[in-house]
This record gives sequence, C-alpha cells and structure tokens, in this order.
Amino acid sequence: MSTDQADLDYSADEMMSIAAARALHDCTSCFVGIGLPSTAANLAVRTTVPDLVLIYESGTIGTRPDRLPLSIGDGILAETADAVVGVPEIFNYWLQPGRIDVGFLGAAQIDRFANINTTVIGADYEHPKVRLPGAGGAPEIAGACRRVIVVVRQSLRTFVEQVDFVTSVGYGSGPGTRERLGLRGRGPVLVITDLGMLRPDPQTCELTLEAVHPGVTVDDAMAATGWDLRIADDPATSQPPTDEELHVLRDLEARTSRA
Amino acid sequence: MADIVSLTQGVARLVHDGDAVALEGFTHLIPMEAGNEIIRQGRRDLTLIRMTPDIVYDRMIGAGCARRLVFSWGGNPGVGSLHRLRDAIEHGWPEPLEIEEHSHAGMVNRYVAGASGLPFAVLRGYVGTDLMQHLPDSVASVTCPFTGEDLVAVSALNPDVAIVHAQRADRSGNVQLWGIPGVQKEAVLAADRALVTVEEVVDELEPVAGEVILPGWVIDCVAHVPGGAAPSYAQGYYERENAEYVAWDAISRDRARFAAWLDEHGMPAPGRRAGAATAGGGLT
Repeated sequence: MSTDQADLDYSADEMMSIAAARALHDCTSCFVGIGLPSTAANLAVRTTVPDLVLIYESGTIGTRPDRLPLSIGDGILAETADAVVGVPEIFNYWLQPGRIDVGFLGAAQIDRFANINTTVIGADYEHPKVRLPGAGGAPEIAGACRRVIVVVRQSLRTFVEQVDFVTSVGYGSGPGTRERLGLRGRGPVLVITDLGMLRPDPQTCELTLEAVHPGVTVDDAMAATGWDLRIADDPATSQPPTDEELHVLRDLEARTSRA
Repeated sequence: MADIVSLTQGVARLVHDGDAVALEGFTHLIPMEAGNEIIRQGRRDLTLIRMTPDIVYDRMIGAGCARRLVFSWGGNPGVGSLHRLRDAIEHGWPEPLEIEEHSHAGMVNRYVAGASGLPFAVLRGYVGTDLMQHLPDSVASVTCPFTGEDLVAVSALNPDVAIVHAQRADRSGNVQLWGIPGVQKEAVLAADRALVTVEEVVDELEPVAGEVILPGWVIDCVAHVPGGAAPSYAQGYYERENAEYVAWDAISRDRARFAAWLDEHGMPAPGRRAGAATAGGGLT
C-alpha cells in the first residue's frame, strides 16, 4: 500500500460509491439494483446527474427517495416516483425493449469476461457451498439495458477466473458471445470496485484495470484478482472524493440509518 | 362474490396439503399473517411459488410446510440471506427442498401466461445463463413465426391457490389495493382459488389514485387481517418495520432460536403437524 493512507479521511467503500456515482455522469436512465448500486445512483442524482431517471424493479419509475431504500420496493420509492407500474410492465414494457440506458448491478462473483454470479458458490448447483439469493431482475437487466455498470468489492472471493454459475451474462466466453446469443445491449462497460475501475478490452472483452483509487497500487488490485489481471498501459489514479461528494454521501447514509 | 371469512377459515378452506400455493406481494403488501396461519394449520408438502420468497417463506420452509420452491430471488431484502431457506437447500433441514429458480422477468411472464389462459409466454431472457440448463420443463427456445427470431418461452404458472394482501375490501369482497402493485393481480387471475387478506372491510370502496381492483367474483375468500402484511408495509396504513427484517436474521440463523420463535407465536415445531398430539397421534 502507498504511504499517504493516513491522509485519507474516507473509506474504500466511500471511494467506490463516489467513483460509481461519477461514472453515471452521461447516463439518462438507470435500472438500479439494491445495495451498492442504489447508494451510488442516489448519490449521482445529488451530485453529477440531477436529471437521472432512477428505475427500480418494483415498478417505480423516476423515483426520488430522500434516503436510501432498504428494499427495492420501499414505500418511499412509490411515494416519490413519476409512475408506479406492476412487475409485468416494468420488465416487459420498460426493460425488455432496450429503453433503459444503464443497468446498474452488484455481484457476488465476477469473472474475466464480466459474467456475474449471484446464485450459488461452489461448482455443484445441487449441493452448493453457499446458496445466494439468485437472479432477481439481473439476467434481463444485463441483456437489455444499453450498457451495464457493475459495482463490487474486489477480492479473491469476488474476482474469480470463472464464475461458479452464470446468473447474468457479461461477455460470455469472449468476443462474439453476446451477438451469438442475441443480447441486444452492449453489456458491461465498466466495473467499479473499492480498489479501482476496470473496462472490457475492446478487442478481447477481457476486463482491464484502467484506474486505481488513491492509496491503492496496481499490485494491490492484482493481488485481489483471481486471474492474471490485464493492466492498461498507463493506469490512471481516481480523483479523491471532494468534500461535497463525501458530505452528500454521508448525509444520505445518516438519513437512511435514522429511517 | 367472495365470502368474508376469518383467516383460519380461509386457509382451512382453500389451502390443502400438497397444493401449489403462491403468496405474492413484491416487497409491499406481503401476506405475512396468511403464511403464519398456514404454519399454524400444519400444512405439508406445499409447492411454494413466489418471486421473492423473503421472510414469509423462510418461516414456512423452516417450519416444514414446503416440498418445493419456485422463485426468482430468495433473500432477506436489505439484510442478507434467508437462513431457513439456505438450511433447507444446503442441509435438507427440516426437510429437503426442491427448487426451481427463474429470473424475475421469467417468473412474471409465467404468471401473465397463467392469468391469460395461455400455456406459455414469450420473452427475451435467460439465454447464455446457467439458469436455463436447470429448467428443462419450464424454459425453452422458441422461434417467432413471423420474423424467425429466436426467443424464449416460459411455461404458464397456474397455482392451486393465490394468497395476497390488500388495503381494503367491501362487503361483497371486491378488493382494492394501491401503491406498488407487484404481481398480485396476475397471481390471483392465474390461480384456481384465491384468498385475500385486507387491512379494512368497508361499506364502499373510495377511489384511490393508482388503485388495482380485484372484483369479488374472481376471489373465493376475503379475510379481515389488520396488520397482516407486517413487517412489510401497507401503503397508507403502516410502514415497513426494517428492524424486524434485521431481527429475523438472528432468529432464523439458528435452528433452536427459530423453533423457539415458532413456539412463541403459537406455531408447531418444525416437522410436527399441528394438533397431532391432541389427535391421539393418529396423524403423521
């Protein structure tokens, strides 16, 4: 680790959420997964993209919660939404046609080609080591949104050579997979972690480390990756959080914990 | 016209051992009390159908009501795992649980097909995922007869009984719900029988913005169960008790603690049929 850690008065998770919120700067509408993506999307609305249309799979479209929802269907989402629709409608009319710009997802495991597992840990589906919640809306979000952004903490547990179960397709086994499968969205364009940011290589589709957060080295990121991680030629260092970003994020979380 | 009954009567009349039962409510209006009553009445071998089997099914699975689970996301929302569900899948406790797991888009379209009287629905989904290989009986490729495009078909869901919770019913059993409408209408229309628990029974249903009306003639029984969705919420009546979801994590993590919780709430211990002792042990 680098030596200026002591100067940093923010956590790695805060850096991750702030980097993820910044990544939505050119996003028009966002299908939001619960957890880390929801934190980042709500931060983005309060910082970089005030007009961002937040959509949750509970059928709440254009919602503006004043705190983070604890489930994807909290009352606060319905009360502040432009429109509230049923679950058939949100998936069939809104997600499926490719109307939504960014699908914002988390992951329990992600692999070299940005395939996502949220189903089971362990190779034997019938007898998993750990049973995870499962797919939810993610497979079709990953297929249909124009692009996908993933937020996940980076470790040997989460960044694996090959996911134990493909819940949501990234680039499958590499170039051409999405086209062959008929997936109409571009797929994951960015993976944001607590250590840095990765993008798929335009030729190979393999996730490539493009930036590290302040205080994180390329070696740190490699050590937290279960495959031989490709590194961009000149990886950038993320801008540290601004006072405003930190203030807004902490305020959001404080209001959430009071709720 | 639906019959207005007690919850005990409604469950006894409509839910039988071995039934395929769908308790729906997408984070909102979850029919928690109906689930508790099914445990109290000691139902067994149920196929439990639900997009998001949260606390309500964690209890029922832990109590031994279920043989099979059909679902698309099985977690404690905002908290983490469903420990009773995991214990059943990972260790077969109290009984092995077969699972059939889908995506939300797949499940919801299965309900739509069921409600529409069609054998299947069509969507863009599942392709490239490992879900598909485990679902030979309910997900298949299909070719569009007009464009030749490859799409996915999902088989219809037609539960024996659907159970949902709503804000209000009138005395004829017409049901009104609002807020996040989820998939309740589709579940009720897809099922052979339907039980609705409500916060209030009123003389007349006053219109509310965004309301869904389920006419009494598509419902068998309505039961007045105020607070029946807690710790989930009922828009306009009460909020989600987030602390209860957090507390469930600790209760459900441990088999003994879960059994104590069942006992405290007048529910039979896992694997034991309600009333078996007083019935002279004749029932197993």
